[in-house]
Amino acid sequence: MIQLEGLTKSFDARRVLDGVTLEVPDGQNTVIIGYSGSGKSVTLKCIVGLLEPDGGRAIVDGAVVSELDRDQLTELRGQIGYVFQFAALFDSMTVAQNIALGLVRRGYDGETIAERIAESLAVVELSGTEGKYPAELSGGMRKRVGIARAVALKPRYILYDEPTSGLDPVTSAVMDQLMVRTRDLGVTGLLVTHDMRSAFCVGDRIAMLYEGRIRQVGTKSEIQATTDPVVRQFIEGRP
Amino acid sequence: MRRLGVDSVPIAVFIAIFTGIVLALLSSYIFTGAVPLYFVGALVGKTVMMELGPVLTGMALAGRVGASIAAELGTMKVTEQVDALETLAYDPNAYLVVPRVLASALMFPVVTAFAMAIGVTSGWITAVNLLDLSTPEFFKGLKLFYQFKDIWFGLVKSASFGAAVALMGCLRGLDAKSGAQGVGQSTTRAVVLGCEAILVLDAFWALVLL
Repeated sequence: MIQLEGLTKSFDARRVLDGVTLEVPDGQNTVIIGYSGSGKSVTLKCIVGLLEPDGGRAIVDGAVVSELDRDQLTELRGQIGYVFQFAALFDSMTVAQNIALGLVRRGYDGETIAERIAESLAVVELSGTEGKYPAELSGGMRKRVGIARAVALKPRYILYDEPTSGLDPVTSAVMDQLMVRTRDLGVTGLLVTHDMRSAFCVGDRIAMLYEGRIRQVGTKSEIQATTDPVVRQFIEGRP
Repeated sequence: MRRLGVDSVPIAVFIAIFTGIVLALLSSYIFTGAVPLYFVGALVGKTVMMELGPVLTGMALAGRVGASIAAELGTMKVTEQVDALETLAYDPNAYLVVPRVLASALMFPVVTAFAMAIGVTSGWITAVNLLDLSTPEFFKGLKLFYQFKDIWFGLVKSASFGAAVALMGCLRGLDAKSGAQGVGQSTTRAVVLGCEAILVLDAFWALVLL
């Protein structure tokens, strides 16, 4: 389980996270929604140790992330796949090499790596693109390769940073299906987005991050029926 | 190593050719009427091997190699590729910095060796064709004060220049702020710091080894 306890984080004078507390149950997709710049991506990066919180704790499977040494953090990251907002594929590597990179680091043999590449590309419906470079792919395809790279590691958790950002409605729907399919494979998902259609399609639980804290958390139905004016305004998209 | 070293040979050779020409002409201007003209060979040899070969080559490569590394790593930084490496359990310093520093430290002396040879050759050709100096006289001067130390001093300096240039490129690149402007600023800063590092190291090695 992923647990966030009172996370705080500031950048210069700006307090972005001001006591974020949230539990991410296993086997479900939890969605964090919020305005642009509300700290959603910062929350994800605190979980995987890319950012160190100023206060509070991010706990993954009982381990406090900020207290782990380099080797322990490496071990933990093996259990967490991360899908970046713009995929963050390595430009100088092919699709296959991008997916293989994490597997090579973990010492898998060539045959296993080849199998995992094929499997993960099949999950994201991009079989046959192994030899292509990121520059030859569309934005949506790059994001799917990003998911494939995360899925190939067979992690327990996948963190998605704005996975449908910049995508057309059809491709966004394809991404949503992928995230649901990944959950159905037993992977716990934590997704940050301001795309409400995607949030309601993918999320089993939805939490709204507002002014550095979790404003409300609940099931999809609970959030859709909310009477909280801030949450209501956001999910309805009213200025 | 090919990108940092082999691809840099043309610019190093270009600089060395004109360095040799200018040194030959300059030394002729200085020495005429004062000392025998074969001292042109001594000055061209010593200066190219010990100083101008390593330093001018280093400066040119600081612009080429340092900027290239800073731009590449800066772009990786702002597009979250460095973060992606971390999430895949790679240490960015070990994966990105160390290979580049080692490659530069190995290849800068190789490129400088080319520059030394071309610079001396260029000086010889200039002396023979434009000055009143014969080939035996030029090489008499070249061998007059020559020591093997002249060559290895230049190459040791060059290796340190390579490491410094690559390190500056890596550090500034990994420190790039977001956007094209941030990458551009990091690249510029990497070149400037690389050149400054070369000058400081040049003085250091002169103090320590001479």
